[in-house]
Amino acid sequence: MIPCPFEYYAPTTVAEAIELLERFGDEARILAGGHSLLPAMKLRLAAPAVLIDITRIAELRGISTEGMVRIGATTTWSEIEGHAGLRRAVPALPEAVSLIGDLQVRNRGTLGGALAHADPAADAPAVVLALDARIEARGPTGERSIPVDGFFTDMLTTALQPAEVLTAVVMSPLGAGEGAAYVKYRHPASGYAIVGVAAYVKLTDGQVSACRLAVTGAGPMAVRRSGVEHALLGTDGSSAAIAAAAAIASEGMDILDDLHAGEEYRRAMVNVHARRALAAAVERARSRI
Amino acid sequence: MPVISLTVNGKTCIGEVEPRTLLVHYLREQLNLTGTHIGCDTSQCGACVVHLNGASVKACTVLAVQADGATITTIEGLAQNGQLHPLQEGFWQQHGLQCGFCTPGMIMAAADLLQRNPHPTDEAIRRGLEGNLCRCTGYENIVRAVRYAAEKLRAPTGAASEV
Ligand SMILES: Cc1cc2nc3c(=O)[nH]c(=O)nc-3n(C[C@H](O)[C@H](O)[C@H](O)COP(=O)(O)OP(=O)(O)OC[C@H]3O[C@@H](n4cnc5c(N)ncnc54)[C@H](O)[C@@H]3O)c2cc1C
Ligand code: FES
Ligand code: FES
Repeated sequence: MIPCPFEYYAPTTVAEAIELLERFGDEARILAGGHSLLPAMKLRLAAPAVLIDITRIAELRGISTEGMVRIGATTTWSEIEGHAGLRRAVPALPEAVSLIGDLQVRNRGTLGGALAHADPAADAPAVVLALDARIEARGPTGERSIPVDGFFTDMLTTALQPAEVLTAVVMSPLGAGEGAAYVKYRHPASGYAIVGVAAYVKLTDGQVSACRLAVTGAGPMAVRRSGVEHALLGTDGSSAAIAAAAAIASEGMDILDDLHAGEEYRRAMVNVHARRALAAAVERARSRI
Repeated sequence: MPVISLTVNGKTCIGEVEPRTLLVHYLREQLNLTGTHIGCDTSQCGACVVHLNGASVKACTVLAVQADGATITTIEGLAQNGQLHPLQEGFWQQHGLQCGFCTPGMIMAAADLLQRNPHPTDEAIRRGLEGNLCRCTGYENIVRAVRYAAEKLRAPTGAASEV
């Protein structure tokens, strides 16, 4: 199928992109890798009158791992997956990215596009939540840094303002005693997450001194599970402690029910995958002392 | 209408396109390169895979305007000097196709897979071809064909080294 007609702009600076977003308002959509937007336009589920292609803006692309980890919005999955610095600093991210779609999707899709799109079954939202990243965005009134906890506000909805461009994602590299992991129950046809869970654990003197757990796929948006986090804090991270904490992962959570997986099943899968993700994160934290 | 310039299989192609033209339609209908197929509306089947600046992409999910300035290789550009690429030869030798509809996309995806990983296990071949669907072969012979090509591309002498 062919998308509805639109005007196409390919600005080379963020300032120009923001100007175009302001000029065209609701009519305009940003185009990054196009692997969420173009399929929707081909099916005519979306029909923007103006597309603003941000992939020719050099400053939005690239990875830096000196000090803080900084990933430009239009950096592709393949660039993230193959980046040696990221594999050392935040291995859970390139690992999770290698589970996205297929090679061709990863050659086009971008981190910024996935976070701005906030698909309920996307992988990256859970990982950046567990890694406690910050989202950098620039709009008509300047630049701001948004904590990722609270960035996803509803299905396909984020804290980004209409004329704002997501410019980068920033996070701390993991240090001694810290570990993170992502485990995914993959939809066999689409590749998206039916349930995906990312966990981060910090061990101090053999005890869990920090913990973050985030779930994607199961509900309308990716969310942190603070009940599980509190339950694991102060424990020794043993499999018994992990099992007890993971058992409440889906408690009180808004869970989707569709033809791929019913609510009760998804709830059970959230707990199972929470346990696996926490176990993997603890094991890594132990080996990273 | 925007004018775009592409280098397709080594030739410069300059043309006007409507912004909504998909790269796959531009290749097939404006450049008459019909080796690249269209098999779905959902970016899932991989029949349309070509290389854009050396990386495999689904040409049904890229706008032609997005490719402005890029280098494109399609299945028609794979054979060199009348000599089949080892992957083309592998699909032939190992019976990696039946109807052939998925084959151009399979081969272009496999070429990207082999440039990233010249020593793939069967498991890695299957994972690397996740984005390509075949309705005929059951995939077994496709995996054999890619393995054949990987071995040939690694061989120190013989036809493969010229390709
Ligand atoms: C066959 C297939 C399989 C897939 N499988 C998976 C999977 O397993 N897991 C997964 O997580 N994803 C999957 N995806 C989605 C893929 O990862 C998308 O590429 C990604 O979700 C969106 O990124 P994009 O760069 O393509 O964004 P686009 O499609 O270009 O944009 C998506 C939305 O975000 C907005 N946007 C983009 N960039 C910005 C920005 N910098 N600032 C503000 N707004 C912006 C756009 O306006 C648009 O509304 C799959 C896609 C396909 C086609
Ligand atoms: S035509 Fe099916 S993925 Fe492009
Ligand atoms: S050979 Fe017929 S679809 Fe693959």
